[in-house]
Amino acid sequence: MPAGAAREKLKAAGLDIFGALKDAGIAAFVAFGLFSLIIGLRTEQGITGQLILLPRPELLFVLVALVFAGRFVIALFFRSGLAHAGRTIISPDLRKKLDYVGSFMGVFLLLFALAIPFLFYSNRYLLDLSILVLTYVMLGWGLNIVVGLAGLLDLGYVAFYAVGAYSYALLAQNFGWSFWLCLPVAGILAAFWGILLGFPVLRLRGDYLAIVTLAFGEIIRLVLLNWQDFTGGPNGISGIPRPSFFGIPFTADETGFAARFGLEFDPSHRVVFLFYLILALALLTNFVTLRLRRLPVGRAWEAMREDEIACRSLGINTTNTKLTAFAIGAMFGGFAGGFFATRQGFISPESFVFMESAMIVAIVVLGGMGSQIGVAVAAVVMVGGFELFREFEQFRMLIFGLAMVAIMVWRPRGLVAHRAPSIFLRQKKEIPPEALEEVQR
Amino acid sequence: MTAPDILLDVHHLTMRFGGLVAVDDLSFQARRGQITAIIGPNGAGKTTVFNCITGFYRPTEGMIRLVHPDGAEFLLERLFDFRIAEKARVNRTFQNIRLFPGMTVLENLLIAQHNALMRASGYTLFGLFGLPVYTNAERAAVDKARHWLDRMGLLDRADDAAGGLPYGAQRRLEIARALCADPVLLCLDEPAAGLNPRESNELSGLLQEIASDDGVSILLIEHHMHVVMEISHHIVVLDYGQKIADGTPDAIRNDPRVIAAYLGVEEEEVDTVIEGAAP
Repeated sequence: MPAGAAREKLKAAGLDIFGALKDAGIAAFVAFGLFSLIIGLRTEQGITGQLILLPRPELLFVLVALVFAGRFVIALFFRSGLAHAGRTIISPDLRKKLDYVGSFMGVFLLLFALAIPFLFYSNRYLLDLSILVLTYVMLGWGLNIVVGLAGLLDLGYVAFYAVGAYSYALLAQNFGWSFWLCLPVAGILAAFWGILLGFPVLRLRGDYLAIVTLAFGEIIRLVLLNWQDFTGGPNGISGIPRPSFFGIPFTADETGFAARFGLEFDPSHRVVFLFYLILALALLTNFVTLRLRRLPVGRAWEAMREDEIACRSLGINTTNTKLTAFAIGAMFGGFAGGFFATRQGFISPESFVFMESAMIVAIVVLGGMGSQIGVAVAAVVMVGGFELFREFEQFRMLIFGLAMVAIMVWRPRGLVAHRAPSIFLRQKKEIPPEALEEVQR
Repeated sequence: MTAPDILLDVHHLTMRFGGLVAVDDLSFQARRGQITAIIGPNGAGKTTVFNCITGFYRPTEGMIRLVHPDGAEFLLERLFDFRIAEKARVNRTFQNIRLFPGMTVLENLLIAQHNALMRASGYTLFGLFGLPVYTNAERAAVDKARHWLDRMGLLDRADDAAGGLPYGAQRRLEIARALCADPVLLCLDEPAAGLNPRESNELSGLLQEIASDDGVSILLIEHHMHVVMEISHHIVVLDYGQKIADGTPDAIRNDPRVIAAYLGVEEEEVDTVIEGAAP
């Protein structure tokens, strides 16, 4: 049969057109099923308030055609090409160069972060966004201790963020304590709550632990919502004292920061100060985490993530080790909460919903569990990217979801899947993700 | 009352899981500096005995007494698993290897020295500021790890991920890791399982050295009979949770009950086999 022969010939050349057509057809069908209601129909409100459905067949057709064409190209060239070339798309030589460039990534990002206030001094929006991103970087690094290093899936991390924020707000408002006194106390109180909540639940593992921490996160939020006399309930706490530059307030009068330092008054001074403050706090989190990783306690965290029973057989008290991870992670969450309270000047339980916890967990998982730089990049991408797509409004959740699925498909262990060993005898070798993969229970 | 060189004294140990009696009134003793083997057919309760000794199970009945060379006594059935490893210094390996696969070989060995390093780091405080107390302790820990890696022939793989090692090397690493914890009694659960003949011969030599030169007593579960017969000083045979024989390798080799349990004699023939051998 000539058609069959032609097909065999094409297959031998690495091109399976019929297979690709079939694959693309299935993809287009699935896309049609998904998009037919989401994009194919537009809902409008009529004059009398009734629902009007406007069909948009052209848009639907374009999208389905795009999926078909895209899938066809992928199936034809990339899939068959990949099958022949094995898994190495990047040559080892290029890989080495990329690794070399990558090793300066952290320094480069840090320098860029330090320069942001100078680069975008007049752009208040970007400064505020940078502060928000850095807050999430700090939260991501804090949760990375619990999830990434110790392997305890904590879905209620925002509870400690809330404890920190409310501690700060209540202490600053009721006792007039200064920022530098309130901040450590907020962290310590969050750590205390971390231990308190940790005690009963740390016997649990994996999914069970995740559910219970989720519940604790909600309990804390509901307590904040309903304890009217103490927390102000749904109205929250407003008029939280703003931070001062080591006692010098950022005000326009002659005792203010600008007058003292002979500068013209500019409300951006405070924003820049807040920026460097959260940068310093985030770097402190990073420094402590990196330091702890090289100490027995940090190694025990990672060992516990790998195999808890083996840990116990070597005399490690896993309950205490889990509690330290929980407490230290909670402490950094508390610091971030304290910072959040002073930056906003107003807090309410609405800021501490489950969505926030999910966001922070997503940052840690996308970034690569245990990797500091991966978490930082993921926070920039997640928070910054979310803002970037603001113009697309209702589509941004869609784009966002697609991006997350894509990352999880191509890099199931996150952006940075390698693990750097904490100590070495002769030569430092990165641990490839294949070795880590076995850990997944 | 007991001989001075008794290290482990298992006294009327019984472990029940619901209606199942996994270990039934087992008593045996292990002497210091010796290799004591526990053998028996599959499902005889060997690993259950191990889990009771190392605290992973709490025995239903019985007493497990461990006497250190300095005279300190521990009743293992009353201690938590990690306390047994830390205080009574009984360390173990597992039937299906339990390493920390994503960490390097060296890191695996440092985790075994966790408690000593933790004390040296002032429970993290001194370590956080990099005080010499801790850095010296860490250097000593690395030296100890290096020593055991050298003995196990793993020095070249020190910086590789433990999960990436070949099977035989993983077995040796697990033993090295247990040894880094400075055990008085080392419990090995089928250390030769899955090894080729050459590897298991090397292992035999290594275990003999550990027991004689390093003075670490060994309690061994093993299915490879040539390994057991070659290196053990004392063998305990279990079948259906009960001890059916207890003695030197030579005595065990000729014990008709052991032969019956291993070769599988019909139920009614057991008595005749035993009687035939008795005189």
